[in-house]
Amino acid sequence: MPKLKSLDDLKRVREEAQGTLKTRLDTGTTITVGMGTCGIAAGARDTMHAILDELAASQIDAHVTTVGCIGQCVKEPLVDIEQAGLPRITYANVMPDMVHKLIEEHLIKGQPVSEWVVGRM
Amino acid sequence: MRELALHVLDILQNTVEAGATRATLTIHEDVPADWLTITVADNGRGMDAATVARVTNPFYTTRTTRHVGLGLPLYAMAAEQAGGRLHITSAPGIGTTVRAEFQLSHPDRQPLGDMAGTLLAFLLSERTPELRYEHRLRQEPAPGDRTFEFDTADIRAELGDVPFSHPAVVQWLAEFLEEGEDVLREE
Repeated sequence: MPKLKSLDDLKRVREEAQGTLKTRLDTGTTITVGMGTCGIAAGARDTMHAILDELAASQIDAHVTTVGCIGQCVKEPLVDIEQAGLPRITYANVMPDMVHKLIEEHLIKGQPVSEWVVGRM
Repeated sequence: MRELALHVLDILQNTVEAGATRATLTIHEDVPADWLTITVADNGRGMDAATVARVTNPFYTTRTTRHVGLGLPLYAMAAEQAGGRLHITSAPGIGTTVRAEFQLSHPDRQPLGDMAGTLLAFLLSERTPELRYEHRLRQEPAPGDRTFEFDTADIRAELGDVPFSHPAVVQWLAEFLEEGEDVLREE
């Protein structure tokens, strides 16, 4: 049986991550994906993975997290983008093929994609 | 939902809603016996017998934001259409166990699907319980039995205060989970 990736690598990951942790948590970007029954059935898991891939490809530092149903099931997959000091913006029906534009416009150019926005707070 | 891994993600989210601090996910694929068993157990707030009896009714939910709850009913349907069934045992203050059984070779059994993707999505949830995972594949004669297992408590102990959602950790987790699941299938 082939050998599995070892937990020992985590020590290196931890050392690399710890140096920048405080700055990242204070000034960073958090992306939240709805992952209730409705979100999952609408494809939220794939949307989340598309976001992770896009962030890695664009070398953008952001925390990605998931939450349960917020009662807007018809608008799933719902994706919230929250940047420190800016209003939190919620996008509706975010499918994997929309993620590239979303990240480029919102996070790189700083222009939310208004036609996909369902809420700001 | 078209793959069992998506149902599993949904059931795992229930452990978060139940306020669990510990959960286990066990997948046993027993090829000689032609059974697949998926068990999710947690130490969350649990349910009384009357609630257990109602949770597979799609018109029952504890939520107040909407009036239907489809997670467990859809999962029960997936098991029943594959010659199996869903067993739920629960006790208030103790926790809940949801065990789904499927006939492995049943033509209507949904594929297991992307378990690595499900695990990563779960680990990135807020307030997740620590998860012990075991995926065992029993095959006879060759290539024999294989198991992929881990406990998030061990991973967290290595990481200290660095959260799972840190990009470097996400990348490590994604690779760890994919490799672990791939090893089960290797010739």
